Amino acid sequence: MEFIKDIITGIFFFIGSMSIIIGACGLIKLPDVFSRIHAAGMIDTGGTAFFLLGMIVQSGWSLITVKLILIGIFIFFTSPVTSHVTANLARQKKIIPVGKKIGKLL
Amino acid sequence: MYLAALIACAISGILILIRIILGKTTFDRVLAINTLGTIIVIGIALHGFYSGRPEFLDIAIVYALINFIGTVAVLKLFSTGSLGDVKK
Repeated sequence: MEFIKDIITGIFFFIGSMSIIIGACGLIKLPDVFSRIHAAGMIDTGGTAFFLLGMIVQSGWSLITVKLILIGIFIFFTSPVTSHVTANLARQKKIIPVGKKIGKLL
Repeated sequence: MYLAALIACAISGILILIRIILGKTTFDRVLAINTLGTIIVIGIALHGFYSGRPEFLDIAIVYALINFIGTVAVLKLFSTGSLGDVKK
């Protein structure tokens, strides 16, 4: 039983690690604030969800699982709020996305 | 297994630090700092499991709360020039 738990946790951690490394590479590589929000959202959803799922599988039924689910719910609600505030403020401060003309926007 | 996940967190944290140093505008830096905070939350939880003391999850919860509040406060200060003081 422990062996099956370890295999499932390993698969979840592998997917989460790939997700956060790809997200960090995208955060460097992408050209713009509005496209970097996409990479940050990938880290916030994919990475966090799979790491927390792996730790939930490992911990079983206990108070630790409740705390992990609490962290997951909180990050799932606050990550879109932060992304929206950042994008809205960048649009108000008239930052032009790459590939758009100045006259067409805003 | 936990050590490999911690190394992945460290690598992506270093890549995000490069973006914080290189970032052209303030929004790039704020977004990258928020993402770094999320990765630190995952790292604290993983370190708790790695060292066999899952009580570190309380610190992870508090770090997630302060990360959100700090990001929104910095953006509000950058937007309006104040943190909501009463105008005289």
